[in-house]
Amino acid sequence: MLAFIIRRIAQSLFVMVAVALIAFLMFRFVGDPVNQMVGIDTPQEEVARLRESLGLNDPAIVQFGRFVWDVLHFNFGVSYQFRLPVTQLLAERAPATLELALTAAIFALIVGVIMGVYCALNRDSWLARVFQAVSLVGVSLPTFLIGILLIYLFAVILGWLPSNGRGQVVKIGEWWTTGFFTASGLKALILPAITLGLFQMTLIMRLVRAEMMEVMRTDYIKFAKARGLRTRSIHFGHALKNTLIPVITIAGLQLGSIIAFAIITETVFNWPGMGILFLKAVQNVDIPIMAAYLMLIGFLFVIINLAVDLAYGLVDPRLRVAMRA
Amino acid sequence: MSDPVISVRNLCVEFVTRRGVLRAIDNVSFDIAKGEVLGVVGESGAGKSVTGSAIIGLIEPPGRIAGGEILLHGKRIDNLPQEDMRRIRGRKVAMIFQDPLTSLNPLYRVGEQLIETILTHTDLSPSAARERAIALLAEVGIPAPDKRIDGYPHEFSGGMRQRVVIALALSCEPDFIVADEPTTALDVSVQAQIIALIKKLCRERGTAVMLVTHDMGVIAETADRVAVMYAGRVAEIGPVRDVVRHPLHPYARGLMGAIPTLETDAERLTQIPGAMPRLSNIPQGCAFNPRCDQAFDRCHVERPEPIEPQGENVEPGHRVACHLYTGGEGAR
Ligand SMILES: Nc1ncnc2c1ncn2[C@@H]1O[C@H](COP(=O)(O)OP(=O)(O)OP(=O)(O)O)[C@@H](O)[C@H]1O
Ligand code: SF4
Ligand SMILES: [Mg+2]
Repeated sequence: MLAFIIRRIAQSLFVMVAVALIAFLMFRFVGDPVNQMVGIDTPQEEVARLRESLGLNDPAIVQFGRFVWDVLHFNFGVSYQFRLPVTQLLAERAPATLELALTAAIFALIVGVIMGVYCALNRDSWLARVFQAVSLVGVSLPTFLIGILLIYLFAVILGWLPSNGRGQVVKIGEWWTTGFFTASGLKALILPAITLGLFQMTLIMRLVRAEMMEVMRTDYIKFAKARGLRTRSIHFGHALKNTLIPVITIAGLQLGSIIAFAIITETVFNWPGMGILFLKAVQNVDIPIMAAYLMLIGFLFVIINLAVDLAYGLVDPRLRVAMRA
Repeated sequence: MSDPVISVRNLCVEFVTRRGVLRAIDNVSFDIAKGEVLGVVGESGAGKSVTGSAIIGLIEPPGRIAGGEILLHGKRIDNLPQEDMRRIRGRKVAMIFQDPLTSLNPLYRVGEQLIETILTHTDLSPSAARERAIALLAEVGIPAPDKRIDGYPHEFSGGMRQRVVIALALSCEPDFIVADEPTTALDVSVQAQIIALIKKLCRERGTAVMLVTHDMGVIAETADRVAVMYAGRVAEIGPVRDVVRHPLHPYARGLMGAIPTLETDAERLTQIPGAMPRLSNIPQGCAFNPRCDQAFDRCHVERPEPIEPQGENVEPGHRVACHLYTGGEGAR
């Protein structure tokens, strides 16, 4: 088990170095950082001095080393647009994005699993057919369109839910803000979370449905039936447990892409998260923010991957053995 | 043979498919008495597994029991509501499947699976159920059962897993058990042990057994009676020594010819040419007629029903479905 963990951590580190390299190259070669900092009328000597003081004349490897060193100290430089440290800008917005992504993921997982199990066990019922049709819509409609449709229906026509912003937030600790504890915060979460989670929900539903139908055909389910075990135990114990193993992996990995995809949803709902910040950064070639965002998303993916692998080992006894070996 | 445990009467099973309704089991009848082992042989697709599944009520759509009756101690069980049949399954009737590697749920400890089965069908307390589970594992020959009970299936070898499967099937002392090719997936070296174990446990408990196998040697050693199935029908059924030594049905003769014994000479080791018909394409009359070298006119029109042949020197209860023995034109 320990060897397995160490091996996986080493792999993760390797991936992070690769991501850092890409971020660094972006920093160095997309646009010229100095040009972004100086005005048109700055004298050439001034520019050269700035270039020297920023270390841009050092060998690339030294610069990369410095970049990694800074990153390890959460120092991503100063935003060109805002003239503020990137770390501070991201930290201010991270809670909004993370709360949105987490809510969307939980929604997708719970609803997706319930619908998938229902469809697998009642394959020919009309409700299962409805779920199937809905899932097709969820998979094929683009996120921004779903968002706009939801806004139109629930915010414009019915007026039940707000269409933008986070509502009222509460401060927790130094820098975390949460919308979980106010009515307006929770209400504001609903539409964006559904929009963001819908695609993953349909994915999970289809996965659970297919996987569970497969499991229901296995010999051990047949043998469980032959022993007269209760239907409830066969469906929700024996079958579901085996179904969820591959689902855990996919769902876990989806969490990463939910965070990454939040950009679109945040734009549609004007959600004050990191996605919007990133989009503005792209528009204004604000490289430090883009690089930091890239590093952050890469880091989240790696961490989630690692956690999923370890969780997988905990639920599947066969893998526990494989890991020990 | 009074008071059979299981009686199958004119059983028909059909599968509804896109290409029409396929009759997989057609008018099959047999009885199995307390403590008796009925061996069932026949080519792949003859309907052995479907017959077993039908008896324990596990035919699922698109399959259905299209006719006939199944009686347990004289009471019909084929038309029971699902929930009632579930209570009987595992407690009164049980089934062992072919592949022990896939019959156990990989995510549950062996003990959990045993204890759940026992608790489902008895009023035992969880700790008493655990005691019983350990005793069962000991009885099927698993060493250190009090430790192994907490193992996962993948920690057991194939033969050991099949022992666990047997313990599971017998955990509530059923009156009847279907063993569907219980050793086919196992190493040759452990096959005999597993068969001997099933035979011993069922003898001790008086369990009636339907033993499906391709191995005529196992039949000859283990079974009391044997049924030869062909294309969803019983071709021949009778006491095992009689059927093995004096098979009457041309198909059975071909099958038995494949077991070498001291009395048989090389010429009798025949293979039957041809293959069993597809269910969608069973010929009129006797299903075996395209492959039978003794077929005559009547075989192509009229279906032979199993009867005790007249004038042959056979033991009572030996029945054969072949026009050679129904008297009249063409018969011997
Ligand atoms: N779910 C199903 N749908 C359609 N046909 C089926 C189904 N299950 C079984 N059959 C058909 O029923 C027939 C009998 O099958 P069965 O499994 O009982 O054969 P078997 O004698 O056990 O063969 P084997 O020795 O290969 O196990 C076969 O022709 C098979 O195609
Ligand atoms: S009934 Fe006719 S075809 Fe069928 S086995 Fe007997 S002789 Fe052969
Ligand atoms: Mg079979």
